Amino acid sequence: MKSSDPLLLVRDVSLKRQDREVLRAVSMDLGRGERLALVGPNGAGKTTLLKCLNRLLTGWSGSITLAGKALTSYRHRELARWMAYVPQSAVQTAPFSVETFVTMGRYPYQGPLARPNRQDRRAVGAALDLTDTAFLRDRPLHRLSGGEYQRVLLAAALAQEAQILLLDEPTVFLDPRHEAAFCAVLARVHQERNLTMITVTHDLNRAVLMHDHLVALKEGRVVFAGAPASFMTPGTLQEVYENRFLLTSHPTTGHPMVLPEVPA
Amino acid sequence: MRQSIRMRPSRWLILLAVASLLVLLVTPFVGMQTITPRALWSAEPSSMEVKIFWSLRVPRTVMAFLVGAALSLSGLTFQAMFCNALATPFTLGIAGGAALGAALYIRMGLAFALLGISGQTLSAFAGAVLTVGLVYGLARSRRDFSMGAILLAGVAVSFFCSSLILFIQYLSGFSHLFQITRWLMGELAVTGFGAVRELGPLVLCGSVVVLGMGKELNLLTTGHELAVSRGLNLPVVKNVLFFAISLMVGGVVARCGPIGFVGMMAPHICRLLVGADHRVLIPAAFLFGGCFLTLCDTLARVLIAPAEMPVGVITALLGGPFFVWLLVSDGLGRSGFYRSNGT
Repeated sequence: MKSSDPLLLVRDVSLKRQDREVLRAVSMDLGRGERLALVGPNGAGKTTLLKCLNRLLTGWSGSITLAGKALTSYRHRELARWMAYVPQSAVQTAPFSVETFVTMGRYPYQGPLARPNRQDRRAVGAALDLTDTAFLRDRPLHRLSGGEYQRVLLAAALAQEAQILLLDEPTVFLDPRHEAAFCAVLARVHQERNLTMITVTHDLNRAVLMHDHLVALKEGRVVFAGAPASFMTPGTLQEVYENRFLLTSHPTTGHPMVLPEVPA
Repeated sequence: MRQSIRMRPSRWLILLAVASLLVLLVTPFVGMQTITPRALWSAEPSSMEVKIFWSLRVPRTVMAFLVGAALSLSGLTFQAMFCNALATPFTLGIAGGAALGAALYIRMGLAFALLGISGQTLSAFAGAVLTVGLVYGLARSRRDFSMGAILLAGVAVSFFCSSLILFIQYLSGFSHLFQITRWLMGELAVTGFGAVRELGPLVLCGSVVVLGMGKELNLLTTGHELAVSRGLNLPVVKNVLFFAISLMVGGVVARCGPIGFVGMMAPHICRLLVGADHRVLIPAAFLFGGCFLTLCDTLARVLIAPAEMPVGVITALLGGPFFVWLLVSDGLGRSGFYRSNGT
């Protein structure tokens, strides 16, 4: 595969669930190391699309190609070595220790009964370091704060050593300090590992600041695809969200920033 | 950050193994009439004591241990698969289905065997598999069925089966009625090693399958989405586990009737002791369940001797209050199984 070829190619993907079309002919490309923000109103199909990519959902029509091969031809473990998923911090898990939980990210590399080997431990250690969670190693998951837990969820995905990260509203339940800390970690991860990221988010300002591309979905259809900055125009925003927005610019970087207007 | 009963999980495992060994060695000597090792040693091979010991007590102890271990493991597995503290073969209707199969077999007065496995076991197994199919089918009929809904479906199926069993009892003649009623209370009385030979392989096969799935069960308790995204082949793992558990539960229920509570309680207690990691939890639950039921059965034999209580009565009588105490004392809350994380 040439480096210029897109890593992920989505072509005309449609999905019906209970006679409702949740995705309608969605197409998009993503190159290695690119960061894509997936935005749109609630129920637009963003998370559904993420689940199709991750094969949590099947039964879609169209084609998804990963590294030159049809997504459907990948075996489960093989796919997990390509793609890792970071859920929202509201997701419930049993009280494993942080280290045990992050080591589960090594599942696609381990044999059926194998204990973690040196390579597994190295990957886990690197993931903990990269996410500033090494000091939490022995803590049970249910004793973490929301911000710590979210970084541990990211660490587990990083231990998977996949090229593509799928993030589903990773900062939605975090306070501003932890949100900022998580974004800093994500930026570092991107810089050090050159990972390809797809992030579902409602935070348009972050979407502009942290992503190379933006795709907006509405009612299962792609209504915008392009540079994040060019999405931030009153017309486009109003068309997608059916609400008026106030625009300003970032005091230091000059990126367009928006605030939804509250109707009087 | 004091966490329940602190000790290294591996130590607990060794402790449980030693306890199991002790229980298996000691309980055969205890009963309506205590047999001392010395008496056994010096007695004639044809004496009453030797006969009671080898053809009643020992098989019964082994049987109780196997049944307890099987029920405990199946509860543990279902709790992991459904990420739900209440999931057991009983709440999912599988035990109910197995009971219905076995009750039908008794009522019809059938007697057949296949490959050395009795017809009652086979009918119970068929009942178990059919209920799994039914509950599964109900869950499948709507894609967005939550695990909670599957549990509800299981409970509904379970009630449905119990009323059918009641109906069968109503229609039965006196001897069948007595047979079914005794069996429904759960009992472990066996004569000779026939039953052990029949149930043993089923339980051991099922346990080995579950034991080999420690990592998979760990992943399942992190939620199905994360599990799949880590490369878990969910349909295959689910089917294999369902089949293994149906085999064990079918065998157990056919032989001993639906013995409640072990399947729900034993895994929770083990979780408190050794933590959430299934690579340790699985052997722990196997040993603990075995010990617990063997001890309950010993109590059942001794408490109102010379009569015997059905062991199902003891497990629920002991288990119920203990479980409530655990809940109230927040022991289970501390084990973190029922808490959401983060916010």
